[in-house]
Amino acid sequence: MECLNFDLATTSLTEVNTFLHQKSASKGVRKVTISNPNGAHNIAVGLNLPVEVEIAGHAGYYAAGMNQLASVTIMGSVGTGVAENMMSGRVHVQGFASNGAGASAHGGLLVIDGDAGLRCGISLKGGDIVVGGSVGSFSAFMAQAGRMVICGDAGDALGDSLYEAVIYVKGRIKSLGADAREEAMTDTDLAAIGELLVQGGPTFSIHKPEEFKRIASARALYHWNVDADQEY
Amino acid sequence: MDNKLRPTKKLSHEESWGYDRSIIDYIQRAAAHGLYEIRGLGAKRRLPHFDDLVFLGASMSRYPLEGYREKCTTKTMLGTRFAKKPIALEIPITIAGMSFGALSAHVKDALGRAATEMGTSTTTGDGGMTLEERASSKILVYQCLPSRYGFNPDDLRKANAIEVVIGQGAKPGGGGMLLGQKVNPRVAKMRTLPEGVDQRSACRHPDWTGPDDLAIKIRELREITDWEKPIYVKVGATRTFNDVKLAIHSGADVVVVDGMQGGTAATQTCFIEHVGIPTLAALRQAVDALEDMNMKGTVQLIVSGGIRTGADVAKALAMGADAVSIGQGVLVALGCNSESWIHDGEHISAVEGYETIGAAPGFCHHCHTGQCPVGITTQDAVLEQRLQPEVGARRVKNYLKTLNMELTTIARACGKQNVHHLEREDLVALTIEAAAMAHIPLAGTNWIPGAMNAL
Ligand SMILES: Cc1cc2nc3c(=O)[nH]c(=O)nc-3n(C[C@H](O)[C@H](O)[C@H](O)COP(=O)(O)O)c2cc1C
Ligand code: SF4
Repeated sequence: MECLNFDLATTSLTEVNTFLHQKSASKGVRKVTISNPNGAHNIAVGLNLPVEVEIAGHAGYYAAGMNQLASVTIMGSVGTGVAENMMSGRVHVQGFASNGAGASAHGGLLVIDGDAGLRCGISLKGGDIVVGGSVGSFSAFMAQAGRMVICGDAGDALGDSLYEAVIYVKGRIKSLGADAREEAMTDTDLAAIGELLVQGGPTFSIHKPEEFKRIASARALYHWNVDADQEY
Repeated sequence: MDNKLRPTKKLSHEESWGYDRSIIDYIQRAAAHGLYEIRGLGAKRRLPHFDDLVFLGASMSRYPLEGYREKCTTKTMLGTRFAKKPIALEIPITIAGMSFGALSAHVKDALGRAATEMGTSTTTGDGGMTLEERASSKILVYQCLPSRYGFNPDDLRKANAIEVVIGQGAKPGGGGMLLGQKVNPRVAKMRTLPEGVDQRSACRHPDWTGPDDLAIKIRELREITDWEKPIYVKVGATRTFNDVKLAIHSGADVVVVDGMQGGTAATQTCFIEHVGIPTLAALRQAVDALEDMNMKGTVQLIVSGGIRTGADVAKALAMGADAVSIGQGVLVALGCNSESWIHDGEHISAVEGYETIGAAPGFCHHCHTGQCPVGITTQDAVLEQRLQPEVGARRVKNYLKTLNMELTTIARACGKQNVHHLEREDLVALTIEAAAMAHIPLAGTNWIPGAMNAL
């Protein structure tokens, strides 16, 4: 049993998720397709095995949430929090993504062919995000580690209160958030963008690393200076 | 010699109420530093509290149980609404979520051991689950906080229950904070932060915004864990009636309400003292919410914030809580604010340690400094040795045991074979404030200020 199909019109979501968690490994399933997702929330969440999952349509909130090892493709758009807290593996959204895409992802790669909504990559902790379109305001808010490649524009307050994550933007940035600043590109940056564009897939080959700007933290918010005795 | 009495100048000692010494000190400190004070523990001011309630023991109209012989059960079930594997506790007293980072790994280990021996649960905190606490805690509640520091699905699956933290009583509406001196290499790695940064955690969750989103988030956590684990929702006490209703609506199995007396490891003092409502008022509102939705017994209620004694536990249960949770009390049991720490059975003075951080035993609230003189709230390799897990575990176990004995003593005196049978009718209030907040009649009257049909 290499390939398996679940129809969400006739099978409950819990049944599908439980199968993916508990049975697919022992049954040697390599690929699972999920038809009629119809925007259901929490499809293919908490996977922890190198399986390929194809969601044939639109998904709701938290599609492929907390993914580990699996490769999940959504052949449509997704709601809030796609691949939130992903640890490893790959999640590919062929349409658009709503708010909080890739929120607090610790690892893995999230590819969004279209645009992403507000707070894309918020609280990012080591994952990589490649967005073909634009991202909404407050993206990469408090992002701690990891990389984001944005091929379109960015909204307001990009990278507010950024820690060590790095953001590459090709288009226009409406405004930068507190403590985020544009920095000179290095060879490492160019190589990183090149690598991420390749990982994004063939549609990303139209972009060139030199076209991107590097946004990183000025690190001015790292310390409160609580102990700075100001006694005049 | 001049024998004449010289009139001595009379010194004025009239202290101002509005500008007393602590306010003068506060203004002068602000003027010198240009920065608010950050500190640990909870509200220090006098608030209406469980102390303002007393029990009506059994007498003629009710029948007491024999103190030591008759059975009085303390078993407590949590998470019976949706979870396949609810939590069964031996006692209704749990250990509150306190982060590794705020506390040393030794302390987390000690808390786990004590809780396990007493058949109760411990809770992780902002910063993730440590191997030590997972190993030593039989029942471990895993927090899902706005920061998501160290949050990962492996630990989620290892947990016995999940607690979505919306807020804390010490700082409802605020995120966590951990000053740089506590962000040592291990803490930094767990939280994916540069070493030594003054860490400010988010106050809003990154992937949901309102109660309708939270309902979906909770279902995600259930789906990931195959509906096995109870899901708690923790709120800081503010608009508790509405918040508890929304938490229930979002699908919580257990609601945790943390009143303004609740401890913290570090927050602005203005937050600790001026934001949130007392535990007493919050508990009553939470119970009202459960009753209003007909969810009492289906969704369990844990209350925290200033629970110190067995009497506090008994009063919380009588008012309608299913269990309590303790933070500061267990720290004190471990030796917080004690004059000494224990090494090989010997007491060694910690007074100098307190002086170094500008405190003294009995007055310390300096957890934020990371220089805890008794080795509790520290990440310092030398200081943390002052609290050995074995010693800490024994002391916390003794403390929990004492609380539980006091709880059953009171329950028996009220004629209950089960501590969960304690009821509001067993209580009266000593002050008008407490009567109004708790909706419990003033002792010797049947007057509940503000009650619709008060006599
Ligand atoms: C040192 C310390 C650290 C804490 N860390 C957390 C935390 O990480 N997450 C959380 O939800 N609450 C945290 N709290 C709050 C407790 O979970 C709990 O709400 C509070 O301590 C209960 O009130 P009490 O201290 O009066 O018992 C912390 C409290 C203390 C004292
Ligand atoms: S003794 Fe330690 S734990 Fe207690 S208040 Fe002081 S620093 Fe905090």
